[in-house]
Amino acid sequence: MSQSLKPYLTAVRHSLNVALCLENFSSQIVERHNYPEVENKKTTEVLLNPMMISRNENERVLIEPSINSVRVSIKIKQSDEIESILVDKFTRFLTKRAENFLILRRTPIPDYDISFLLTNYHNEVMMKNKLIDFIIEFMEDVDKEISEMKLFLNSRARFVAEAYLSVFD
Amino acid sequence: MSQFIELNLSKDPIYDHCFSQDRKSVAITRQNNVEIYDLSAAGKPKLLTVLQHHDKTVTAVDISKDGKIVTCSQDRNALVWEPTAGGEYKPTLVLLRINRAATSVKWSPCGSKFAVGSSARVIAVCYFEVENDWWISKHIKRPLKSTVLSLDWHENSVLLACGSTDGHVRVFSTYIKGVDTKPPATVWGERLPFQTLCLDYNVGSWVHDVKFDPSYSFVAAVGNDSAVYFVYPGPGEQEVAGVFKARTSYLPFRTLIFASPTKVVAAGHNCHPIVFEGDSNGWQQTYAIDDPATKTKTSHESQSALNLFRQLDLKGSSDANSGELLTVHQNTINVLRPFQADSHGLLRFSSCGNDGKIVIFDV
Repeated sequence: MSQSLKPYLTAVRHSLNVALCLENFSSQIVERHNYPEVENKKTTEVLLNPMMISRNENERVLIEPSINSVRVSIKIKQSDEIESILVDKFTRFLTKRAENFLILRRTPIPDYDISFLLTNYHNEVMMKNKLIDFIIEFMEDVDKEISEMKLFLNSRARFVAEAYLSVFD
Repeated sequence: MSQFIELNLSKDPIYDHCFSQDRKSVAITRQNNVEIYDLSAAGKPKLLTVLQHHDKTVTAVDISKDGKIVTCSQDRNALVWEPTAGGEYKPTLVLLRINRAATSVKWSPCGSKFAVGSSARVIAVCYFEVENDWWISKHIKRPLKSTVLSLDWHENSVLLACGSTDGHVRVFSTYIKGVDTKPPATVWGERLPFQTLCLDYNVGSWVHDVKFDPSYSFVAAVGNDSAVYFVYPGPGEQEVAGVFKARTSYLPFRTLIFASPTKVVAAGHNCHPIVFEGDSNGWQQTYAIDDPATKTKTSHESQSALNLFRQLDLKGSSDANSGELLTVHQNTINVLRPFQADSHGLLRFSSCGNDGKIVIFDV
């Protein structure tokens, strides 16, 4: 783990720990509804201030807490075009399987690559520290995964180019 | 200290619980139902009956001193369940006239009225009308601006404290002609027609719970800012004589109860109760019950090399039991209720949590 990653992840962990203090809260606006307040933002008094934690200009996390839900959006590091394509494909792969992924949001919010929506229901059936561990682990692994894929892609491209150009040798 | 009785009653979160007067049975909320368990026999709690009528999550339950149960739910209704001779309960719908979820319900100490807080930004004060043979309600609307999260009654059954998500602690009069007798003058005021606002204090964050102290001369409230507020009323109309804010570094509290006029127990997202002590000169945190800081992981398995490698193999980490909390409650504590008291104050109290447990702690 690099020097700056650890404090970044620690900050995210503590912020999530505080944000995930949720309760069952039924809608004040729509009769007999109970939806995540952070998603429609019509009841302003039950929303809390969003927190943004940035590691650098390309990597940041946005945590939007409310009384019964928290939205966590992650901007994954993308230093060049290959990385942004890879991140796009990778998050697409995950969001297509959002049903099996419980806390994953089907579309990320604008300017971010992937969003999670944690509600009081998740907080009740799953252990809070495990939920936080999961998000932190995801953040740790996704960088590794993307750079591995990039290396693999580059070596494959080199191999293909060599094989193709050997004809003209 | 730190003696406790643990009851694992459900897999679902328990939003509210209430023991019967004789402490032999307990009513808990479980999804759309209320379940009543018998605890008098040794061993496992026995399910006595399930109160089924609501069609959305039941948010609160309360038992009056004469054994009537009132439940309220997110389906906008409240029901009064009267025990029948056969051990069953007969439900009566209450005319709440609210169009949003009901969030909390409390019987008045006299047992003839109850109050229902709701997301419709009203408090419905309900009483039994004999001519029509049903429970009807009167609304307190102003100046509530948001969901009412908690309610607590004064011993005279007229004054009602409420906390809401607009961050205010308020004390109202619920005097209903023909139901209540005129209450003697208290520190909260002398003339108290219905909907009189006796106290209004802005805490600045959602007020999760509010309680009168045992001498009914001030109120305590827990806010979402992890602090406990003690609000003393002044002699003037709606005057606040003093406010003490006991700050903590814990996660926010969800509930509190008074153990004695100088002692408060609060609990919430930290999963263990914390005790505050003080008087009109100031309040501060003194100790914690079931404190995880004093406990160590007892599992001897985590020390063996075999287990270390097994964990590495199964989960990819050598950390054996990071999931389990060291506290009894494994998730947020939703409600604390007094369990047993003597002349000096509270001896034991009960708590229920999102982990489906009810735990009875010694103070």
